[in-house]
Amino acid sequence: MTEPKLSEDIKKVVEKWRNKKGSLVMILHEIQNAYGYVPRETSLELSKYLDVPLAQIYEVITFYNYFKLEKPGTHRIAVCMGTACYLKGAPVILQELKELLDVEEGHNTKDGLFALDVVRCLGCCGLAPVMMIDSKVYGKVKKEEIMNILSEYGKEE
Amino acid sequence: MKKIVKAKINGILIRAEEGTTILDAAKKVQVKIPTLCKHPDLKPSASCGLCIVKVKGSNKMLRACCTPLDEGMDIITHDPEIVDIRRTVLELILSNHPNDCLKCDRNNDCELQKLVADFGIRQSPFTQVLRDLPIDNSTKAVELEPQKCILCGRCVDVCQNRQDVWALSFLERGMQTRISPAGDILLNESPCVKCGQCSAHCPTGAIVEQDDIGKVWEALLDPDKYCVVQIAPAVRASIGEAFGLTGKNMTKQLYALLRRLGFKAVFDTNFAADVTIMEEASEFEERLIKGTKSLPLITSCCPAWVDFMEKFHSDMIEHFSSCKSPHEILGVLSKTYYTQKNGLDPSKITMVSIMPCTAKKYEITRSNEMSASGFQDIDIVLSTRELARMIKQAGIDFLSLPDEEADSMLGEYAGAGVIFGATGGVMEAALRTAYYFVTGTDLGKVEFESVRGLKGIKETEIEVAGKKIRIAIAHGLGNVEIVLDKVREAKKNNQEPPYHFIEVMACPGGCVGGGGQPYMVTDELRLKRAKVLYQDDTDKQIRCSHQNPYIKRLYTEFLEKPLGPKPEKLLHTKYTPRPIYKR
Ligand code: SF4
Ligand code: SF4
Ligand code: SF4
Ligand code: FES
Ligand code: FES
Repeated sequence: MTEPKLSEDIKKVVEKWRNKKGSLVMILHEIQNAYGYVPRETSLELSKYLDVPLAQIYEVITFYNYFKLEKPGTHRIAVCMGTACYLKGAPVILQELKELLDVEEGHNTKDGLFALDVVRCLGCCGLAPVMMIDSKVYGKVKKEEIMNILSEYGKEE
Repeated sequence: MKKIVKAKINGILIRAEEGTTILDAAKKVQVKIPTLCKHPDLKPSASCGLCIVKVKGSNKMLRACCTPLDEGMDIITHDPEIVDIRRTVLELILSNHPNDCLKCDRNNDCELQKLVADFGIRQSPFTQVLRDLPIDNSTKAVELEPQKCILCGRCVDVCQNRQDVWALSFLERGMQTRISPAGDILLNESPCVKCGQCSAHCPTGAIVEQDDIGKVWEALLDPDKYCVVQIAPAVRASIGEAFGLTGKNMTKQLYALLRRLGFKAVFDTNFAADVTIMEEASEFEERLIKGTKSLPLITSCCPAWVDFMEKFHSDMIEHFSSCKSPHEILGVLSKTYYTQKNGLDPSKITMVSIMPCTAKKYEITRSNEMSASGFQDIDIVLSTRELARMIKQAGIDFLSLPDEEADSMLGEYAGAGVIFGATGGVMEAALRTAYYFVTGTDLGKVEFESVRGLKGIKETEIEVAGKKIRIAIAHGLGNVEIVLDKVREAKKNNQEPPYHFIEVMACPGGCVGGGGQPYMVTDELRLKRAKVLYQDDTDKQIRCSHQNPYIKRLYTEFLEKPLGPKPEKLLHTKYTPRPIYKR
C-alpha cells in the first residue's frame, strides 16, 4: 500500500471510467481497494477533475458502508456484539478497549496502531465473549487480560 | 391552454388544470391538507408522508404534495384512519426531536411545532432517542442544529440546486442520515457563502440565523454607547408580514420604532445605496469611456455573491466593482462624517444594521477594509426576522406607531436607492446615474422595465449616447455560471465582451427574497415585496442618486469627488481568491 500522492494515479482511474454510467462509484471503489480508504485529498482532487461537488462525493462515500474515510489502523480489533457475547459481557470488553485505547468504535487510535470495530456473531459463541485482532481469535476474554493482549501488538512491527 | 381535469375532493366537485397537485387543488376548495416537507417555493421531496390522502376504489394512499389530480379521482383528505397515520408520523418525528420549543429560535414560528399543536399531540408513545450531533455556529451567520432536523431536504435542495454552492448534503443513510457539509468539517470550512437561503426554507429550528438580539439590547442599555441604526431597502417591504401585513411599506413606522427602542439616530441604507451608485456609476463611466479597466463591470453589493465569486470565480476579480455594499458605506460614514459633523466620539458609536440578509453578519469582519473608519464600521447585524422578534420582546404595538422621518444627514434617499432591494434594482439605479455621467443630461423616463421581474437571467440592451450598452442580471447563484461563461468564452476568443455591465444578487428575487427575511417566501411574495419598493421609488420626487441634495452635500462637505482619494480609502474594498474548502 503506497501513500496517496495521486494526481497521476487518479487521472488514470478517472480516464478509465470517464463517461461511463455509475463512474463515480466505480472510481471510488478503485480508490478504496488501492488504499483501504478514500483519503480526503483524493476526494478533493477527484472533485476538481470530474467537476463534481465534493458534497456529492461524500454523499456516495457515506451512503455505502464499504467505503472508509479513515486510513485503516494497522491492527483491526473486532469485538463481537452478537447475542451470546453480549450476554456474557461484551459491552464491558468494548468499554475497556475504548478506555485503554482512547478511541471510539469505528475509528482508529491516534497512533494508527489499532482500529476498533464492533461486529455481529463471529460464529464461535461457545467462546463468548469473543474478540478478534486481525485474524486471531481471543475467546472467553476477561477485562483484566485485555491490557496484556494488546501489548502483543507492539509498535515495532 | 392546458387540459382541464374534473375530480372530487371530499365530495366537492373540482376542475383544475392538468398537472395540478392534489394539494393545490384541495386549496381551491378550502381544504387544507397538512404538509411538512413540502415548501411552496420548492419541488416536493415527498419525504415526510404527512400529506397522504385516499382515493376511493384504491387502497393505496397517495402523497398529495407530489401527485397530480387525475380525471375522475374521488379523493378523501380526512378520515379517522388518515388522521391517525398522520398523527403517528408526527409522533415518530417527535421521538427523535428534542423538546426544546420553549428555548428554540423558532418558538411560535415553527412548522413542526404548529402541526403538533394542530394535531393536539399530548403524549409520546415512542421512546425518545436523540442523536448526539453537535451544533455548528462557525459561520457567525447561519447556525446548524442537526438534532432538530426532520430530513425534509429543503436546505439541501436550495443550497445545491438553487444556489449551486453544495455546502450542505445528506450524509449516511437510514437512521444515521444527517445534514452536514462534506465530511466532518465545520460550515465555515465548507464552500458555504452564508446566503441563509437554507435557514429561510427550513421548517424547524435546525438551521437558523445567528441570533444577535442580545448584543443589541446590551448596547442599547449601555450608557456609554451611542447607538445608531440603519434599515436596508428590503426590510421595509417584509417586516409587516411578521405582524400579519403583506405588501405594505413600513418605512416610517420602522423609523419610529427604532427610536422607541432607544437608538439615538435612525439612518436609511437607501441613502448609502445612493452613494454606492455615485461610485459604481463613475467606475462604469471610467471603464466605458476611458477604458481604464476591462468590461464588463460586475456589481459587488451582495456579500454572499462576493464570497461565492472569491471561491468559485476568482478569475473575475478584475471585473468586480471595488465598491463596498451600501450598509458598509453607511457604517463608515456614521463613524467619520456623522461624528465629525456632530462632535461625537466614533469609538462610542454602536452601529446596527437591520438587513434582509444573513451574509451581512459575515461581511462585517470579512477583511480589514470593513474597519475603514478606524473602528469596526458595523458592530452588529440583525436580520428582518430578528428585528420582528425584538419588536415583540419590546412590547411595542408596531402597526399602530405614528410615522416618523429618518435622521436626514444619512437618511434621505432618492428612488434609485430603495429599488436596490429587488433583482435588477441596482442595475436600474446605476443606469439612471451612469446615463447622466456619460451624456451630461438626465433621462426623460427613468424606469427600465426590462431589468425588472423574476426571470433567472435577464439580458437587455440600452442606448446611452448612441452606444448600445449590453447588460445581464442574474439572481439565485445557480444562474451565475451561464452568464460568466459567456464572458470567459468571449475573452478566450478575443471577442468583444458579451456584456458591459452585470448585476448579481445571491438570493432568488434579490434582497426581497433574502435569507434573513420572514419565512414561507414564494415567487408571488417576492413580487409583492418588490412592488412595495418600486412604488416607493415612483412616489419619490427625486428618482436619481446624483440628484439627491444630501448626496451632493456629502460630496461637497466630505467626500469631494467620486473615486477620489477619500472615497477610495473609505468606500472601496479589495477581493482575494479563497479556497472552496478550507480542509
Ligand atoms: S447559507 Fe447558503 S451557502 Fe451556506 S449552507 Fe445555507 S444555503 Fe448553502
Ligand atoms: S435542516 Fe431543516 S431544511 Fe434542512 S433537511 Fe433538516 S429540517 Fe429540512
Ligand atoms: S441578495 Fe441581498 S439578502 Fe441575499 S445575500 Fe445578497 S445582500 Fe443578502
Ligand atoms: S455471539 Fe459472539 S461469537 Fe456468536
Ligand atoms: S408534504 Fe407531502 S410528503 Fe411531506
